[in-house]
Amino acid sequence: MKIGVLALQGAFIEHEKTLHSLGIETTQVRLPEHLEGIDGLIIPGGESTTIGKLATSYGLIEPLRAFARQHPTWGTCAGMIFLAQDIGIEAQPILGLMDIKVNRNAFGRQVDSFEVDLEVKGLDGGPFHAVFIRAPLVESAGPEVDVLARLDDGGIVAVQQGHWLATAFHPELTEDTRLHQHFARMVRGT
Amino acid sequence: MSSNGQHGNDQPNGQPSKGTDQVKRGLAQMLKGGVIMDVVNPEQAKIAEDAGACAVMALERVPADIRAQGGVARMSDPDMIEGIMKAVTIPVMAKARIGHFVEAQILQALGVDYIDESEVLTPADEENHINKHKFVVPFVCGARNLGEALRRINEGAAMIRTKGEAGTGDVVEAVRHARMMMRDIRKLQTMDEDELFTFAKELGAPYHLVKETRELGRLPVVNFAAGGVATPADAALMMQLGMDGVFVGSGIFKSGDPAKRAKAIVEAVTHYDNPDILARVSRNLGEAMVGINVSSMPDADKIATRGW
Repeated sequence: MKIGVLALQGAFIEHEKTLHSLGIETTQVRLPEHLEGIDGLIIPGGESTTIGKLATSYGLIEPLRAFARQHPTWGTCAGMIFLAQDIGIEAQPILGLMDIKVNRNAFGRQVDSFEVDLEVKGLDGGPFHAVFIRAPLVESAGPEVDVLARLDDGGIVAVQQGHWLATAFHPELTEDTRLHQHFARMVRGT
Repeated sequence: MSSNGQHGNDQPNGQPSKGTDQVKRGLAQMLKGGVIMDVVNPEQAKIAEDAGACAVMALERVPADIRAQGGVARMSDPDMIEGIMKAVTIPVMAKARIGHFVEAQILQALGVDYIDESEVLTPADEENHINKHKFVVPFVCGARNLGEALRRINEGAAMIRTKGEAGTGDVVEAVRHARMMMRDIRKLQTMDEDELFTFAKELGAPYHLVKETRELGRLPVVNFAAGGVATPADAALMMQLGMDGVFVGSGIFKSGDPAKRAKAIVEAVTHYDNPDILARVSRNLGEAMVGINVSSMPDADKIATRGW
């Protein structure tokens, strides 16, 4: 099993390090041909506008969409924005796959970024320490979407729809590998 | 994980905390592999965002103009910074003078995403840097070597950049500073652990950060290149030297075709190890900024020596 990490910009090395600690092989995806031979894809945190522009310039949007239709794909933060069908603006290129409406920078600016212990459905072993950085929020989710975690005010921050996983926070920044293990199981299962 | 239905939230989550080291350093991690561009007005900020900048630095004068015009360089007008914050959705950084903690308080009140405690501005304190632990907003600081970087991290910096020699368009000092940092880190890793105490003293850096750097094999925070980057090749050079991303100050908006050059530098940072792509994006960019040769510059004109 090999998992690709979209490496246009952002925290892709952190995802690779976590996967390596689980003994999983990774590869960096910067061009369409890098999608060959991988079994799953992580779209990391970073600046979603930057990642979108680079993906467009190098002809990656359609190959990424085609890959994600077939294979498990996980978006963290900017990656969640990428997977969403609706982000409230037309101008930004996205894959538009998951039946979620996402509000970018829903929490405000960096001074409002935070970390919190979060109950995540299906994860054994207690709460997940979640780091939110200029994070997006799922404003609404369709009937096919399984909500995995909410903030105390009810805001949706982790969702799964079939073989698509999206988290508004950054599991790659902490030592807790449970969500990476969950994604690895999704990849193995196909 | 596969069961249907909404998460019931029967168990409450923990208390959220803001302004932690994790959250401050985390934003810098999200900027990695990206280009942060100096902009002086909302129009330039839009050009930078459209080119794919991962953040912008809002300031009244780019370093090349500060050099040319002289005088005391201070924090920018809050009105101008807010104008830029309204124009773009990417993070906005702004500069405070070294040691000027009130300028930093003002920038935090404005809600900028990162403060650069910068030697490009005229220092306000010749002994002390800002105690950055007291702030919720994260700070980036310049450094020429490992000791300086770790002193800044000890004061609470959540991101480091090489100082280079800002406003020159000459990459030589940024290369020197990047190489010095990398060389010291390699030295640290091959050293006997009994020698760390004396090495920490030589560096003028706290022992615990020296030890942490040795264990990580890199700085404990994100480390960008800055100070003299003017071309896509310069940017890729800094990436190949092991930097996490690149600041471009005067290099873009002092050049002939800023939009095209900005996009080319963004692509060069992503594809820094792909010479075919670097060759393509380096074509027909128009005039680069004129530049000042650092080796022929009087010492008094160098700004990298500011900061302690």
